Amino acid sequence: MPRLSRAAAATAAILIAFAAGSYWRLAVPHAHAVVAMPMEHQPGAAHGAKPIAAPGPSQVMIDNFAFGPATLTVAAGTEVVWINEDEEPHTVTASGDKPLFKSPPLDTHDKFSFVFKKPGTYAYFCALHPRMWGIIIVR
Amino acid sequence: MAERKSDRETGAPSRRRLLQCMAAAGAGTLWTVVGGVPQAFRLGGEAFAAVPGGFSFVQLSDTHIGFHGEANPDPSGTLGVALQRIAALPQKPAMILHTGDVSHLSKPEEFDAAEQLMNSARLKVHYIPGEHDTLIDDGKPFFARFAKGVKTGGWYSFDQSGVHFVALVNVVGLQPGGQGKLGDAQIEWLKKDLMGKSASTPIVVLAHMPLWPAYPEWSWGTDDAAEALAHLKRFGSVTVLNGHIHQVLQKIEGNITFHTAMSTAYPQPAPGEDKGPGPLKVPSDQLRSMLGVRSIAYASGSKSPVLTDRTLA
Repeated sequence: MPRLSRAAAATAAILIAFAAGSYWRLAVPHAHAVVAMPMEHQPGAAHGAKPIAAPGPSQVMIDNFAFGPATLTVAAGTEVVWINEDEEPHTVTASGDKPLFKSPPLDTHDKFSFVFKKPGTYAYFCALHPRMWGIIIVR
Repeated sequence: MAERKSDRETGAPSRRRLLQCMAAAGAGTLWTVVGGVPQAFRLGGEAFAAVPGGFSFVQLSDTHIGFHGEANPDPSGTLGVALQRIAALPQKPAMILHTGDVSHLSKPEEFDAAEQLMNSARLKVHYIPGEHDTLIDDGKPFFARFAKGVKTGGWYSFDQSGVHFVALVNVVGLQPGGQGKLGDAQIEWLKKDLMGKSASTPIVVLAHMPLWPAYPEWSWGTDDAAEALAHLKRFGSVTVLNGHIHQVLQKIEGNITFHTAMSTAYPQPAPGEDKGPGPLKVPSDQLRSMLGVRSIAYASGSKSPVLTDRTLA
């Protein structure tokens, strides 16, 4: 596994644990899987290039049961677009009892977007495959 | 004594019993022992062997009507083949148990198509949802159609020919970072449902996601399964039928045997043998050999079922 992905995994694990509170114990190994798995299949990832080459700064690609990048930092007011490139359907669902955003089921090539107006750290997951995690950091 | 006997029956059967089963099943059957569970695995062609004087039913799973990926462009067609195989059984099954992922995206037209196909079998069908069936409104459209009259969260039980069937829901309200989930209310219901039942009553439990940690790395398990299983441990014969992972995996824990099933739509990779658990693409002439249905038969007087997995090849 490339060195960068380990570092990214560790960072994501810390962020997820921070956001998830009581999910600390569960989140660490999963975050590792979430970040590490897709990157092994990203051309260029092994050379320390950007983890995800194709999407722009406000896109999250869903591929092979993972959000990429797992952690995305954007400026307040940015519209983040998720694109499902998996054969499996997925959702983008904010964590918490009253999710701030919640996509419908996204079939292959479906998109979902949400505008993040306020700074903060937003954790989300896939309601079908709840070990799929992502974080949006809004500055 | 009765308990000890059923203990024996639930575990690996004797050589004599295994040979009897082999004789009943006939040629063309590959017997394998996976996790200590003997099973007949049909390679194709022939019809199921009848169990004289017994009681049998069929498990069918993960029909994914609406799926349109490369792994199977026609899941309705392969479900049709599965239903033809069921219709050709020499012993008419008492019912079909569908262990979830009836649809691919919880769309009304997918539910419609699946229901019409399933009804064409002219057999009673009991359904439980998979996570693909509860994508809309926590599964309300699914339950309204496939679990009519069920008042609780979609779980229910019934009795058939002396066997107690428990149909569980472990795909609703999944929590970030988790796997399948039953929830406290359902586990409490299960406890009450089993209360007063004799330990010699054979139990069949249906749940979509595996009720044991089949492969947690891919969320192939149920976080609070152990709490539910605690209420089942006192029974002499407990058969857990799961779906979700589109292949046969088995495990024994005491008197409880766990069996996942093949899909009728598309296969998935064996645990850890691919980058992820997505649909497994195989050459089209091999697809049917990786899809299948399961027959479950209780021989007359036996509390332990014989499971026969048969591919659609």
